[in-house]
Parts: sequence; C-alpha cells; structure tokens
Amino acid sequence: MDALKKRRLSLMKRLVTLILIIIILWASSAGSEVSISSLIDGLPGMGSLFLEMLPPDWSYFSYVTDPMLETIRMAIIGTTYGAIIAIPFALLSSRNVVKWPVIYYPFRFVMNLIRTIPELLLAALFVPVLGIGDNAGIMALSVFSFGVIAKLAYEAVEAIDNGPLEAMTAVGANKIQWIFYGVVPQVIASFVSYTLYCFEINVRAAAILGYVGAGGIGLYLNNTLKLFQYQRVSTIIIYTLIVVVIIDMISNKCREKLI
Amino acid sequence: MNETIRKKRIMRRIKIWTSVIIIAVIYIWAFSGMPAMEFKPSAVQAIKAIFSGLIHPDWDYFYDPEGEDLLRTLLETLYIAVLGTFISSILCVPFAFWAARNMNKYQFVSSIGKFVLSAIRVFPELILALLFIAAVGTGPFAGILALGFHSIGMLGKLFGESIEDMDFSSSEALKSCGANKIQTLWFAIVPQVMPSFVSFTLYRFELSVRAATILGIVGAGGIGAPLIFALQGHKWDRVGMILIGIIVMVTIIDYISATIRKRIV
Repeated sequence: MDALKKRRLSLMKRLVTLILIIIILWASSAGSEVSISSLIDGLPGMGSLFLEMLPPDWSYFSYVTDPMLETIRMAIIGTTYGAIIAIPFALLSSRNVVKWPVIYYPFRFVMNLIRTIPELLLAALFVPVLGIGDNAGIMALSVFSFGVIAKLAYEAVEAIDNGPLEAMTAVGANKIQWIFYGVVPQVIASFVSYTLYCFEINVRAAAILGYVGAGGIGLYLNNTLKLFQYQRVSTIIIYTLIVVVIIDMISNKCREKLI
Repeated sequence: MNETIRKKRIMRRIKIWTSVIIIAVIYIWAFSGMPAMEFKPSAVQAIKAIFSGLIHPDWDYFYDPEGEDLLRTLLETLYIAVLGTFISSILCVPFAFWAARNMNKYQFVSSIGKFVLSAIRVFPELILALLFIAAVGTGPFAGILALGFHSIGMLGKLFGESIEDMDFSSSEALKSCGANKIQTLWFAIVPQVMPSFVSFTLYRFELSVRAATILGIVGAGGIGAPLIFALQGHKWDRVGMILIGIIVMVTIIDYISATIRKRIV
C-alpha cells in the first residue's frame, strides 16, 4: 500500500515537472518570435553568406598577425592582474583562514556580484572610462578573471587538509607563517591550474572584445563585417580558431603536468 | 646509485629553470608591448557617472506599459537562453554518442566526434549570431539559434564523458533476461545518465543566460541592445538600471539552478 502511494507520488512529481517544462518552453517560444519557416527561408541566405566567405583571403593573414598577438597579450596581462588580485580575496573569503563570517561573507558577496557580469559587458563599461583600445580590454579581462579565479581558489583553500595547519598552530606559528607554509603549498598547484584555465577562456573572450572597442582582433572583425569583406572575415575566424586550439593544447598539457 | 640521483636532480633543475625562463620571456614580451595606462580626467568623470547611475538608477525604465522596458527585454533574454539551451540539449545527444569512446567500434570515429565538438565550442556565440542574423534577420530567434548551436559543443562533450563513465552491468543483466533494445535503453541506460544530463543542461543554462545578455550587441535580441544604446548615449542612470537588472536576474537564476542541481546529484 505504502509503496503504491510512493509510486503514485513520484509519478505525479514527474508529471508536474514535465508540464512545467512544457509551459516554460511554450511561453518562451511565444515571446520570442520563433518561426521555423523563417529559418527554412533563411537557410539559402546563410548558405550564400558561407559561399561568399570562401575562399579565405590568405594574404590578410600576415596583416592581422599583429592584432592577433595584441589579443594574446591582452589575455596574458588580464589573467595575470586578475590572478594577483584574486589571491587576497580567495584567502579572505575562505572559512578556514578567516574565522569570522563578518569578513568572509562580504568578500564572497563581492566575488559573486562580479561573476554575474559577462566579460563583454565589462569591456563595454570600461571603454567609456579608459577610452577605445587595449587598456579597456585588459581591465575587463582582469575583473572577469579575478571573479573566476577567486571563486575557484577559495573553494580549493576550503578543501585543504587541516592537519598541517593544526600542527603549525601547535608549535606557535603566526598568521603569516601559517598562510605561507600551511595553506600556500597545498593550493599552489590548483591555483596555477585555474589561472591557466582562465587564460584559455580569456583568449577566446579577447578575440571578440574588440567588437565593443576594447582592442585586439575583434576590432578588425567588426570593420571587415561592416565593409562586407566576408573573405577577410573568414580569415580572421580561421586564424582565431587556430590560435585558440593551439593555446588550449599547450595549457591543457601544462595543467595535466601540474595535477 | 648516487650518480643516478644526482643526474635526476640536475635534470629537474634544468627543467625548472627552462620553464622559468620561458615564462619570463613571455611576460617580458607581453608587458613590453602594452600601452601605458593613463587616466585622463574624463576617466574619473566617467567612473563617477557610472557609480552615480548605479546608485540612482532610472526606475522609469523598469516598467513601461507601452514600448520597451527592462522587464520585457530581460524576459526576452531569458527566452533566448531557455530555448537555446533546449535546442542544444536535444541536438547534443547524437554528438555525445558519436564522441563517446565506448559507443564506437573504432577509436578514430570517437576522436573525430571529439574534434568536431571542440571545433563547435571554439566558435564564439557572437560570430554565430552574426551568421544567423544573415539567415533569419535581427531579433531573438537569431540569438536562440546561435546559443543553441554553440552550446552543442559543451553539452556534447560533457554528456559524452558521462556516457563513457557509464556502468554496463545493468544493461547486460536486462539483455540476458530477454529485454529488447528499447527496453534496455529506457530502463538501464537512461536512468543512469539522466541525472548528470539534467545537471549539465542546467549548468549550461546558467552560462547561456550570461551569454544572452550580450547577444543584443549585434542585434540578436535581449537586453544587450538597450544597454549598448544607453552606453553610447551616456545615459548612465539607464545603464545603472540595466546592470542592476542583469545582476539580479543572473543571481536568481544561478541560485535556482544550483538548488535544483544539488537535489538531483
């Protein structure tokens, strides 16, 4: 009897969930002008756009190498700044380093707030402040990577082994020694790995930041798109893909070695 | 004995020093080409304007019975994220089986599948949105298609990995009792992969909401377009209102999604 009731209840739950999902999907498609017919009508247009992109303008490769390097440079500097700012924040928002909730909750709150804003929005905000160019992109990437690295790092700090820390307290280490010899050696590998991971994300992000005026190759993407030079657009896209894949590969190798 | 240890130590030292030198060279290259960070007086003004906009947001924009307002565009952003995630969660299934090592007889088939998935992942949403705008015109539908296509890469990879981790003993047990293919799929494989599948989809939904907020910059619907217009027109109070709206929406979505994911896994 009891089993039957339970079964009926779980069936009801599933039914309610299914209905809820269907309602959400229906409301979303009603509210956003989805039409399969326009997709089918538009596919030839998309196809002709693809054809216009071929063949890529190979001579443009050497022309966009400089902005490509600039993009990578932005990602490197942005990630580094972000990682450096993330260190104190990660320590101050871990429960086992700072014992008082009054301190670690506000720090976590700031981190969560920053992580809600996508990097392109940050770039759009920094462009009016720092002017059009690399600096806006670097600052946007720094703030963004700060959010990501600090979050991952504080979770790593909270997961460390308590034994060495207790031993150090027992022999009378002060707080700074405690952090340097107890906490840091345990989290340094994962911290570097998270930074590399964030660097991978940042290279991808940096490639489109120029679209809002924050430097890098995105600026050229925007210009060529506006001038309908689709062969050059495809050159830029292919170039970005190659660079991203190579950087991902290197970074993955490094991360595998670290952990 | 001593000799080998010493050799090992020297080798390790060489390795460490080469990596230090490589990192140093990369950093010198990166910082030498950096333009000087200079604060113009206009920068301070802009920062002040942004903060005063955040403190005194344009509440009239929050709800406007006629015309565009914050609530409507935020809802549109959510629609884009929901439908984009839904499309990709269905389309990713065949890709996931293609990329799973234990579902293909030959290793190279799944390797190709993995490569295709990573190629899809590398394509930024913004460029995809531009391509789809060429097909279906500006509007949220282009954004939905862009997100739907882009998310296949990530969902297919994660889902394929969870298929690889699957335990086949229950499906073998069912088969030996005489269950047919559909029955084994439904009673042995689906219950096993479903929780992780739902959890990955929800996680991707969180990311899609963030991505959908910027798609409007190229005209693919959502909150991005009014934000860019407000930024270009220096209407800081409106920028503040939109930013607050985005932050609140993303926080709520993250919270709900994280709660559901915790209950599933």
